Amino acid sequence: MDAAIHSEGLRVHRGKLDVLRDLSISVPRGQVVGLLGPSGSGKSTLMRSIVGAQRIAAGTVTVLGLPAGAPALRQRIGYVTQAPSVYDDLTVAQNLRYFARVISAPASDVERVIAEVDLVPQTNQLVGSLSGGQINRVSLAAALLGSPELLVLDEPTVGLDPVLRRDLWQLFATLARRGVSLLVSSHVMDEARRCDRILLLHNGTLLADETPEGLLVTTGTTDADDAFLTLIARAAA
Amino acid sequence: MNPRLTLATSARVLTQVRHDPRTVVLLLAVPSLLIGLMAWIFTDTPLFDTIGPALLGLFPFIIMFLITSITTLRERRSGTLERLMTMPLGKFDFIVGYTLAFGLLAILQSLIAVGFAVWVCGLTVSGNAWLLILVAVVNAILGTTLGLFASAFATSEFQVIQFMPALVFPQILLGGIFVPRDKMPDVLHSISDWLPLSHSIEALQKVSQASDASGDVLREVGVVALWAVAFVVLGSITLRRKTE
Repeated sequence: MDAAIHSEGLRVHRGKLDVLRDLSISVPRGQVVGLLGPSGSGKSTLMRSIVGAQRIAAGTVTVLGLPAGAPALRQRIGYVTQAPSVYDDLTVAQNLRYFARVISAPASDVERVIAEVDLVPQTNQLVGSLSGGQINRVSLAAALLGSPELLVLDEPTVGLDPVLRRDLWQLFATLARRGVSLLVSSHVMDEARRCDRILLLHNGTLLADETPEGLLVTTGTTDADDAFLTLIARAAA
Repeated sequence: MNPRLTLATSARVLTQVRHDPRTVVLLLAVPSLLIGLMAWIFTDTPLFDTIGPALLGLFPFIIMFLITSITTLRERRSGTLERLMTMPLGKFDFIVGYTLAFGLLAILQSLIAVGFAVWVCGLTVSGNAWLLILVAVVNAILGTTLGLFASAFATSEFQVIQFMPALVFPQILLGGIFVPRDKMPDVLHSISDWLPLSHSIEALQKVSQASDASGDVLREVGVVALWAVAFVVLGSITLRRKTE
């Protein structure tokens, strides 16, 4: 089976800045792939290119066998931007009901995704009255509506406490077992060990594409932070 | 365009407005209060009957322009628009959805403002009062669509507010309220012929002053409606699925 996401020589400029330089990556299907790297390394831009929201200068991005941004993909991808893109003057349920209608997901999905992100008590609260971490989860819930084959999640665990973070990573693993492909970005290197595979991004180039264990072995380190620092040092040398 | 998605968007926008009762009250009451103030200022002069109808068109236009441009700007900045553009929502679903929702509010606003002007302030309407409401509503829709279009060129709320004096005030000045359009210098007169607000002010003045001008009024309304459609099309062109 072909990859969930495949990019070849992807280049993106923003203003005078080269955000992505000749990036070629591959994300296998049915796995949780972590997209790691310091802020400013191009993670969000890569994700926007994958969902078809980013104008690209050169290269190709193929998503689920189709060119990124193809209309047929709009029902098959769940996307969470870094800023919680939900309406703060609607309740949790009203937000999700609207997004469910837009992607033609069954109305019963709303209840399911609210439970999946653990927001049942907040169902009828205005999003604007929720905490930052809760708002992030409303945004994540919107991406889980319908049955997306690919989830592109930009820092979904920012601002969450350890218990919730663990629960969400367990949810990601469950989804992957059901055959969903996930690309999850994070700048917390510690989250690397929760992934099946890691893409390490630095200055718009790919530093590593490895399993978490493989990364530690090739760098001769014992934690993700050290592994990352070693790779940067090697790239500079 | 998919009518189901368009209506879902309208319903969503109206639900958002409903959660903000203060906005609803301001939206429905402010035009009437301003018209009442005008009537009071001009108590002992015949002037209210001349400019009153034009005000009925202006207030909905200005208020709807502001509300729409700011809400859509918020949508662009918060990331919700980017999310919707990665979903199967058409650009027209988005724009027309907004136009319908705010159009509905505009109908309520105009009904209240016209009722208040005619029954409370004693505005004389020689023509059909319903026609007056129709013109007011079309004006409000024009404001909505212009606001949707203008918001594409603003990156902050400050800029959007600046579009008011830039795009709206010249139309008011050239619209024939202060000086009749045929008494203006030729260049300004020809420019004013091309501005949508000139036609709506003309329509409002005709409805209130002549009882047999329905044909003329409808033609002017038609011109305004064409402009509104043009702004919807332009607005949807400015919506991009891919951005820098």
